[in-house]
Amino acid sequence: MTGTQIGLFASVFLACAVEAVEALTIVLAVGVTRSWRSALLGVGAALAALAAITAALGPALTALPLDALRVVVGGLLLTFGLQWLRKAILRAAGAKARHDEQATFREEVQAARRAGEFSAGRLDPYSFTLAFKGVLLEGLEVVFIALTFGANQHDVGLAAIAALAAVALVAGAGVAVHAPLARVPENTMKFLVGVMLTSFGIFWGAEGAGAHWPGSDAALLALVPATLALSLAMVAALRRRVVRPGERAGSPAVHA
Amino acid sequence: MRRLESLARFAWDFVVGDDWRIAAGVIAGLGITALVATSAVSAWWVLPAIVALLLAVSVWRAAAPPG
Repeated sequence: MTGTQIGLFASVFLACAVEAVEALTIVLAVGVTRSWRSALLGVGAALAALAAITAALGPALTALPLDALRVVVGGLLLTFGLQWLRKAILRAAGAKARHDEQATFREEVQAARRAGEFSAGRLDPYSFTLAFKGVLLEGLEVVFIALTFGANQHDVGLAAIAALAAVALVAGAGVAVHAPLARVPENTMKFLVGVMLTSFGIFWGAEGAGAHWPGSDAALLALVPATLALSLAMVAALRRRVVRPGERAGSPAVHA
Repeated sequence: MRRLESLARFAWDFVVGDDWRIAAGVIAGLGITALVATSAVSAWWVLPAIVALLLAVSVWRAAAPPG
């Protein structure tokens, strides 16, 4: 396996694992509290819809001219990656609440209970819809990541294997622990995924727009650490700047 | 109609997210890179520089104390 292939596998695997954790949290919440049968039917329906979308979208994406594909995909990945990285930097610096899967799980459980009772043995529309929606939306992101990364590196097969491996690993872990995977360091993972998406987005976007990278593909080996270093520098600078409650100059802290 | 609205909202959240300036800046950055690439000047550095600036401004704005 070449360095580029290892980079492709790692990027797709990490990004898809994050999406799978989010989908699994929703499915576990409705499955545990309401109906496993309806939740799993929702998962099945979402996977069928995803397969149809992938079959329709895959050939269309790979038939596009490469430069046009690179500029569109690079731009999308860059926008997507910058959103993740921005939130991850703010969280790491303490300027935004950390994404807590345990809290998300509790919120989903309470919402499921508020939705009322249903007859045992019948399809629970709430569980079905919530599981369907969660898996379809997060699954679309998985398909998008795998297809775009894979098409750009001319290796959709490897990207698909990385995506399936990530989803299988997260699903297997979820089945094994029957809990919302709060122990997975999601914020750290999102930070790294944001760095990878942003770096690949810069690389493909610039190349698609007509720029030539010094060293060709090897430029990624400099782009990824540079993006990481810049992001960590921003976290360090923000930590000094963020004013925590009770620390604001001129406004004394209130003690209960 | 409500389905179309929610689809549009999903597409906006998915692509644009919390800060529309990032999406606008990325489009502008790609355009400027394409323009520089048609000249004799090397264009590879344009997008990384714009992205670094975009991220710094967006993060700084989001972390700024209210008011």
